[in-house]
Amino acid sequence: MTYDGRAGRFLAGLAGLAGLGVVLEALPRLGLVSPRYLPPTSTILVALYHEASGAEFWVAVGQTMRAWAIGLAIAFAAAVLVGSAIGTSRVLRAFTGSTIEFLRPIPSVALIPLAVLLYATDIRSTLLLVVYASFWQVLIQVLYGVADVDPTAIDTARSYRLRRWARLRHVIWPSALPFVLTGLRLGAAVALILAITAELVIGNPGLGSLIEVARSSGAVATVYALVAATGLIGVAINAVVRSAERRLLFWHPSIRREIAA
Amino acid sequence: MTGVVRVVWRVVEILLLPALLVGLWWWVSVRNQSFYLPTPGSIVVKFRSVWFGRRALDDLLPSVVRLLVGYGLAALLGVGLGLLIGASRRLRSVVEPVLEFFRAIPPPVLVPVLILFAGLTDTMKILVIISGCVWPVLLNTVEGVRSVDPVLIETARVFHIHGAARLRHLVLRAASPHIMAGLRQALSIAIILMVISEMFASSNGLGFAIVQFQRSFDIPEMWAGILVLGLLGVVLSALFRLVERRVLRWYTGQRAVSRGADVR
Amino acid sequence: MNGKDVLDVSGLGKTYEGRGRAVEAIRDISFSLAEGELVCVVGPSGCGKTTLLRCIAGLLPPTRGGARIEGQPVVGPPAGLAMVFQEYGRSLFPWMTISANVDLPLRQKGVPRERRAQLVRHALAAVHLDDTHAAYPWQLSGGMQQRVAIARAIAYEPRVLLMDEPFAAVDAQTRADLEDLIRSIWQEFRVTTLFVTHDIDEAVYLGQRVIVLTSSPTVVMTELGVDLPDQRDQLGTRSDPRFTELRRTVYALVQAAKRGERTPGFVPEAVRSDPAGQDV
Repeated sequence: MTYDGRAGRFLAGLAGLAGLGVVLEALPRLGLVSPRYLPPTSTILVALYHEASGAEFWVAVGQTMRAWAIGLAIAFAAAVLVGSAIGTSRVLRAFTGSTIEFLRPIPSVALIPLAVLLYATDIRSTLLLVVYASFWQVLIQVLYGVADVDPTAIDTARSYRLRRWARLRHVIWPSALPFVLTGLRLGAAVALILAITAELVIGNPGLGSLIEVARSSGAVATVYALVAATGLIGVAINAVVRSAERRLLFWHPSIRREIAA
Repeated sequence: MTGVVRVVWRVVEILLLPALLVGLWWWVSVRNQSFYLPTPGSIVVKFRSVWFGRRALDDLLPSVVRLLVGYGLAALLGVGLGLLIGASRRLRSVVEPVLEFFRAIPPPVLVPVLILFAGLTDTMKILVIISGCVWPVLLNTVEGVRSVDPVLIETARVFHIHGAARLRHLVLRAASPHIMAGLRQALSIAIILMVISEMFASSNGLGFAIVQFQRSFDIPEMWAGILVLGLLGVVLSALFRLVERRVLRWYTGQRAVSRGADVR
Repeated sequence: MNGKDVLDVSGLGKTYEGRGRAVEAIRDISFSLAEGELVCVVGPSGCGKTTLLRCIAGLLPPTRGGARIEGQPVVGPPAGLAMVFQEYGRSLFPWMTISANVDLPLRQKGVPRERRAQLVRHALAAVHLDDTHAAYPWQLSGGMQQRVAIARAIAYEPRVLLMDEPFAAVDAQTRADLEDLIRSIWQEFRVTTLFVTHDIDEAVYLGQRVIVLTSSPTVVMTELGVDLPDQRDQLGTRSDPRFTELRRTVYALVQAAKRGERTPGFVPEAVRSDPAGQDV
């Protein structure tokens, strides 16, 4: 990609964001939407600035991110372990298939009442939801990844008498890595959704509960400012995981193509 | 004979682990006599008495209707806008960051925002589902339209396939693997949002019922509700896979062939 | 150009404009095809053969000059034109059966149903795929897929058929079969055909005339008539001394083009035949 193209796209994107800002500013100013429901962009930005200059906001961000990080880490570690074990063993795969297929589509929010009963507004109730939701995202990708390993590579490893552990480390892991990282990216996004949901619905401290407090006290601009903040966090998480993907997978065709394109 | 053995073995494979898990649950719940962990038997009893009666009509039906309406509208909107945006490179580069931002907003935070607009109504709940589901469908459709094979595009040009026929026979079909991936993501988001919008503020619905049971400490009823929700998720995802398998039969077939060629 | 020319290319040039940088791919190409002719175009790799074809097909606007089909200047893809692409696997619609693939362009053309069924059947029979109507393209071998693409093109009943290195990606045996298929289809339907290839043997074996291009920026180096009998077969024709001679000439021309020569001056006159005096 040429510098011109990238700069042009960047400017176009910036123009798009600016356009959104202008539209959202104009709608309430022109009276098309009541500012009680949708305050102008400038008011939201002021509210965001106000929030960001107070300690309460950053404490809440910290709480949300802590639940997100711990939950994602637990889910990721568990899913990679379980996925590697199941993925490399035909017997385990056969016996766990039905259970996975049944448990995976169960919506994580179904566990909210249970989480409330067990842990109330302790961080563990958030973690229960975050771990449950992101575990499946990662697990499925790990299973795809292990299944996707080129049989020729496995046969090659076999013929060179690599042991099971060596095969896992040198053959299966590298080929499954792109899938694992995709799982991490999906899991990270889902973990954020569930962390904020738990705060919003259960009332655990964090950004979600801040939003709920702002809503029930009628601070509309603050609600929008906080929603925008969650969006920014989501964008940031996505960007970080994507750049990690690019760095770890520089050898992989899909990334090479993406860069060449 | 070996055929029969194989079928029996397959049934054992499918049922063994679920049976063990239910057995474990039963054993733990009977030994502990925990208030929060009723026995599987009592949950099944409640499941039948609570969910095969009035609640099926009063709570399950409204939930499912809102879910399907919201999901369907989000799918139409997402695919429609995605086709539009995907067709124009300039438009794409302008709106892409905006779309990425909207997609990154965790959908449940839209509930408080939409309550401002539409109050605690059905419209609000449907709007919540639409506003959460539309992004994955939209972005995946854009990606799908973008990745239509240039040779196929030129083939269509040479043979004068344009307009509605081009959309129907080329763009939609070529983008369908991406579109289906987006719809699959959107389905689980739709269920989550259906439940949350009802937990927040509602007088009926699955989410409302489950929270009500939890607050009044009707624990077996609550577990039965969780079971209903789980079954709903399982059934919808099974239906989705059925549709997906039909729509993408050419795609899976083609992939299987090209993978087979790789192995050879 | 005379009144009978179906395809007429005159002064066609193409310069790609990049960021502050222009690459002249084709300088000046002129030739014409009379009704029912089968003409091959060869040239060194990277000489803009595909660019030329895409300009004629109306997929790419030429910078100078242009093509006319039956006197009509080509601006977009013209109505009476069909094209067989090199990437056979990618030019068939994988979500459609074989017969639907052949049928779709006809439907767009507004051909009545009865006639369509007849055309599809006839075209698939001509490429020996009578029994695979209901299969999907990806279930077929590479050679069979390219035959479907050929069937789609002839069912379209084009005035001009363009083929862009259609056999570059198939194995040698399949290739020989497909070459004979092209000859037999051409003899049956007599479609005016422009066949682009980088394979010298193929050009001589298939064509009534061979147009040799220089390397980029491309002009026509020379044209030569292929005075081989109309009935050709892989064994007989390829061992014909005249075939060998023509082949050697074209080979020498292409080698010269690779070295950057722009005229055929160095090639002994004896082996060159006069394009004007060939059988049509």
